[in-house]
Amino acid sequence: MLRFIINRLLQGLLVLFALYTITFFLAKAMPGEPFTTEKNISEEAKAYQRAIYGLDKSLFEQYLRYPINILTKGSFALSTSKGRPVEDIIAQSFPNSLILGLSALGIAICIGVPLGVISAIRKNSWVDWGAMSIAMIGICVPAFTVGPLLQIYIASHLPGLKVAGWGSPADIILPALTLGLTTAAYLARLTRGGMLEILSQDFIRTAKAKGVPSNKLITKHALRGGLLPAIAFIGPSFAALISGSFIVETIFQVPGMGQHFVNAVIARDEFLLLGVALFFGFLIVIMNLAADILTGIMDPRVRLGSNQK
Amino acid sequence: MSLLEVNNLKTYFHTRNGIVRAVDGVSFSVDKGKTIGIVGESGSGKSVSCYSLLGLLPMPPAKIEEGEAIFDRSTDLLSCGEKVLRTIRGKRIGMIFQDPMTSLNPYMRIADQIIEPLCLHMKMDKEKALKKAIHSLDEVGIPEPDNRINMYPHEFSGGMRQRVMIAMALITNPEILIADEPTTALDVTIQKQILDLIQTRQKELGTAVIFITHDLAVISEICEEVNIMYAGRIVEKTDTKSLFRTPKHAYTRSLLKSIPANQVKGEKLYTIPGLPPDTSQIIRGCAFRERNQIGDQNQCLTNSRPEFKEVEPGHWVQNCPGCLS
Repeated sequence: MLRFIINRLLQGLLVLFALYTITFFLAKAMPGEPFTTEKNISEEAKAYQRAIYGLDKSLFEQYLRYPINILTKGSFALSTSKGRPVEDIIAQSFPNSLILGLSALGIAICIGVPLGVISAIRKNSWVDWGAMSIAMIGICVPAFTVGPLLQIYIASHLPGLKVAGWGSPADIILPALTLGLTTAAYLARLTRGGMLEILSQDFIRTAKAKGVPSNKLITKHALRGGLLPAIAFIGPSFAALISGSFIVETIFQVPGMGQHFVNAVIARDEFLLLGVALFFGFLIVIMNLAADILTGIMDPRVRLGSNQK
Repeated sequence: MSLLEVNNLKTYFHTRNGIVRAVDGVSFSVDKGKTIGIVGESGSGKSVSCYSLLGLLPMPPAKIEEGEAIFDRSTDLLSCGEKVLRTIRGKRIGMIFQDPMTSLNPYMRIADQIIEPLCLHMKMDKEKALKKAIHSLDEVGIPEPDNRINMYPHEFSGGMRQRVMIAMALITNPEILIADEPTTALDVTIQKQILDLIQTRQKELGTAVIFITHDLAVISEICEEVNIMYAGRIVEKTDTKSLFRTPKHAYTRSLLKSIPANQVKGEKLYTIPGLPPDTSQIIRGCAFRERNQIGDQNQCLTNSRPEFKEVEPGHWVQNCPGCLS
């Protein structure tokens, strides 16, 4: 088990390094440079700034310097657009995204999983049909439609809910809903599929022949296997949820991390871009690993270290 | 009266392509401690008739159209409703299935699966149930049962899993054990062991066994009475001895003829030509007519279904002149 985890983490390092390389050269391929503005700045001033950020060095030197600085000094360089260390910017915005993402995931699981299970039990009934239609709509309607709809029809009518802003705990609700509903829809469909697959298995018939009542049949015999596809999906999607969404953060004015993905590109701020990209990649690696470990716990056949026959 | 009496059971599947008459008027009975066999090709309705008894078929599309199955002189399994049925299946009627590789839950430990009938039906506490489960694993010949019980199904071989299934089905001392082709998915050496095991446990517990198979060799070994099924109906019913000595129906004779061991070496093996009839079409006349090579095809009934008739004491057969000639 421990060997598996270490192995996967080393693989993850490799993934992160590849991600770094691609992002680095893509950022370098962008036209212009961080200090290109409409203001008429003298060449000397630009050269001075380039020297501060180390952008005057050769491309190869820059490519090596960034990871070496991370490893030796723990420094992710200064953001060229904000003039602050990238790690500080992430440390400041990530907690907001984390809270929002966690709430969104909670909503997604609480809505999606039960809906999927019920649909599977009542296959081809109007309940199933209705739930799956709603799920399909949930998948198709983008966040920039759901968000404003929630603002117009819910926030403006319910006291205590603000249309936008990030201060009181109640402010989490609407952005979390916007973010969570799509995930809920995916989860519902995946759970339904997984449950249907399991419910058609021979061992369900065995359990029935033993006299297991139908509610226990679902919870004890079917749920464990039926949730596996949903878990495989939750891993990476959780990473996406907690690293923030530019759209949702913009609609609801949340000071999260998602904005930096877009703003860094617009400002040609390659260090901020590298920072958030690597951080996102790190989350993906960790969440995928977590999902795999959880799958191993749920399904003894893929459990690690056990002797397979 | 017998322990279980099935009368005129009809189970139809209502599918998009019409009504499939999987079981079309089947009657049989099982006495206490006895073993009956139900034999037939794939699709002849043998498994469906037993699944119908325990309400294991998905309804819809399946529907029990007619019939009764009186268990222990009092309960009609087909009409008693899910609640009553649940107290019977797994407790008084146990069942084992064809494929032990897929019939055990891969996500649960053997222990949790095997004690389930005890906890559900006997309201036994977990510790006591575990003790009994270990004991019953020992009885079906699983080595180191107190160790093995904490394993998962994938850590067992096919034969071992079938032993677990048997232990699980018999753990509540049921009055009837329905065995749905329990040896089909196993290799021959294991088959013999499993058959012996079923017989031993049956003698020890006094369980009646309904044995579903397409293997006549298995029937000759363990059954006292045989029902030959074809196209959803029983075509011949008799004790095992007279079935092998004086088979009447052309279908039975064809089946016996196609046993490889009975054939001359070097000759082509006999097979019954064609396929079983499509039971979604209404069959007029004798269902076996088109495949009948051993009897006289021309004499087979074409307008009315043959009657089920006792031609000799205890020997019933579908009375079709073409199939009996």
